[in-house]
Amino acid sequence: MSAAEYLRITGLHAFYGESHILHGMDLVVNRGECVSLLGRNGAGRTTTLRAILGLTGSRTGSIMVNGRETIAMATHRIARLGVGYCPEERGIYASLSCEENLLMPPQLGSGGMSLEEIYAMFPNLFERRHSQGTRLSGGEQQMLAMARILRSGARLLLLDEISEGLAPVIVQTLGEIILQLKEKGFTIVLVEQNFRFAAPLADRMYIVEHGQIAQEIAQGEIHAKKELLQEYLGV
Amino acid sequence: MGQLMLGLVNGSFYAVLSLGLAVIFGMLNIINFAHGALYMMGAFLAWMGLEYLGIGYWQALVLAPLTVGVFGIVIERTMLQWLYKLDHLYGLLLTFGLALVIEGLFTNGYGVSGQPYSIPAELSGGFNLGFMFLPHYRGWVILASLAVCFGTWFGIEKTRLGAYLRAATENPKLTQAFGINVPLMVMLTYGFGAALAGFAGVLAAPVIQVSPLMGSHLIITVFAVVVIGGMGSILGSILTGLGLGVIEGITNLLYPAASATVVFVIMAIVLLVRPAGLFGKEQ
Ligand SMILES: Nc1ncnc2c1ncn2[C@@H]1O[C@H](COP(=O)(O)OP(=O)(O)OP(=O)(O)O)[C@@H](O)[C@H]1O
Ligand SMILES: [Mg+2]
Repeated sequence: MSAAEYLRITGLHAFYGESHILHGMDLVVNRGECVSLLGRNGAGRTTTLRAILGLTGSRTGSIMVNGRETIAMATHRIARLGVGYCPEERGIYASLSCEENLLMPPQLGSGGMSLEEIYAMFPNLFERRHSQGTRLSGGEQQMLAMARILRSGARLLLLDEISEGLAPVIVQTLGEIILQLKEKGFTIVLVEQNFRFAAPLADRMYIVEHGQIAQEIAQGEIHAKKELLQEYLGV
Repeated sequence: MGQLMLGLVNGSFYAVLSLGLAVIFGMLNIINFAHGALYMMGAFLAWMGLEYLGIGYWQALVLAPLTVGVFGIVIERTMLQWLYKLDHLYGLLLTFGLALVIEGLFTNGYGVSGQPYSIPAELSGGFNLGFMFLPHYRGWVILASLAVCFGTWFGIEKTRLGAYLRAATENPKLTQAFGINVPLMVMLTYGFGAALAGFAGVLAAPVIQVSPLMGSHLIITVFAVVVIGGMGSILGSILTGLGLGVIEGITNLLYPAASATVVFVIMAIVLLVRPAGLFGKEQ
């Protein structure tokens, strides 16, 4: 594999119990790249992220993270390779305060952001730091879920629908944050429903359908492939 | 006053034991029916240590809980870990069966009559408080239990490791996805809960006869305490344990015939009014 590859998924099949959800996924994310996974509801994008961390039922195929094969690894060992996960349902802990939530993910490597930097990026979280995690508003919880993985030193961020249900101003802020993170050299997988949000941020896009990659679109091709996108996503 | 003190001593045992049950239930989702047997093992190991190896009380207070904790870890690795995905009932049945096996083995070896274990020399005698006589050992039981309970509460609620524990209790999969070795924590949690039971057993050894059935006598009351306090609540199990011990003591003073049943009467009332227990969260 080339040194630039940070994540390479080949022939990935994943199951929830008896249901076969991913049918041979193939995708590559290079170091420092922001790649978006687009697709209709139920296409298998969340399942792809969960499969990367071993959170689905059984998986077969190959998932290389930073040059290491992880298909047989335990979830916590995959995370320690530097994978940060912001789940679709946010996963804010009710039994932890806002700040405890923020400090919960253990240090995975160097190069994480400091608490001060994070509070500078998300001033709301500073104000609410002593509140119970689930007492935060939906938007604040979303910021918290995102901020939480920036501190740990994870280099590969798996972000699931971070713009969903947020006010346009906040979505805009999130977009700026993604750009800052790209500048800092994070590798990002951005699962999105919101094409308008993802399009300017992503270096490349994959369209997921029926648990497979249906199309790959480079940043420069978005205009040319507008009709194709329309057909797949209805945008 | 003496009854009140005795109630507090019993309450201390209830508190330490129900705390262990609460910690285990929170993390493993298992109702640990083997808890009484582990408590008995703690007391028996202390007695055996003295009888066969000349190990005194103070060393036993450390070594017996450690041994019981390791025994707990072996149980978790070899048996319990396969049950987490199943209904509560399976864990309950397995641990109940284990309790019967452990108690059966000790009964075969030592009979049911009970072995005496004497109070360590440093703690014999007592204080004269003016209004009552407080045996040193009883004071020690209360202090040591309170210290262990407070330490456990502090560790879970106020430390970094405790935050991991709370996170893993609430959402084990996500917590593991942040890089925490949750299966290891689960294993250690059971070991810790077992060690707490063993610790209570050593504390109890000098105040009761060490017998294979001492655990099964006590554990029924402890389960009532857990139900009253609310399953899984740390602080709830400590306070309820102490409180019910005192109530039992007072009842024994006012109307001795009811002292054995008062806890269960309270349990019935609490279940009617607050099914989740005094400190439990309504679902
Ligand atoms: N826990 C589960 N058990 C069984 N099937 C599941 C489970 N989670 C998801 N699925 C199924 O897997 C398929 C893919 O779901 P997935 O959550 O990956 O979709 P998605 O692309 O993220 O879509 P969405 O926009 O709805 O989030 C769906 O058909 C869904 O019904
Ligand atoms: Mg999804």
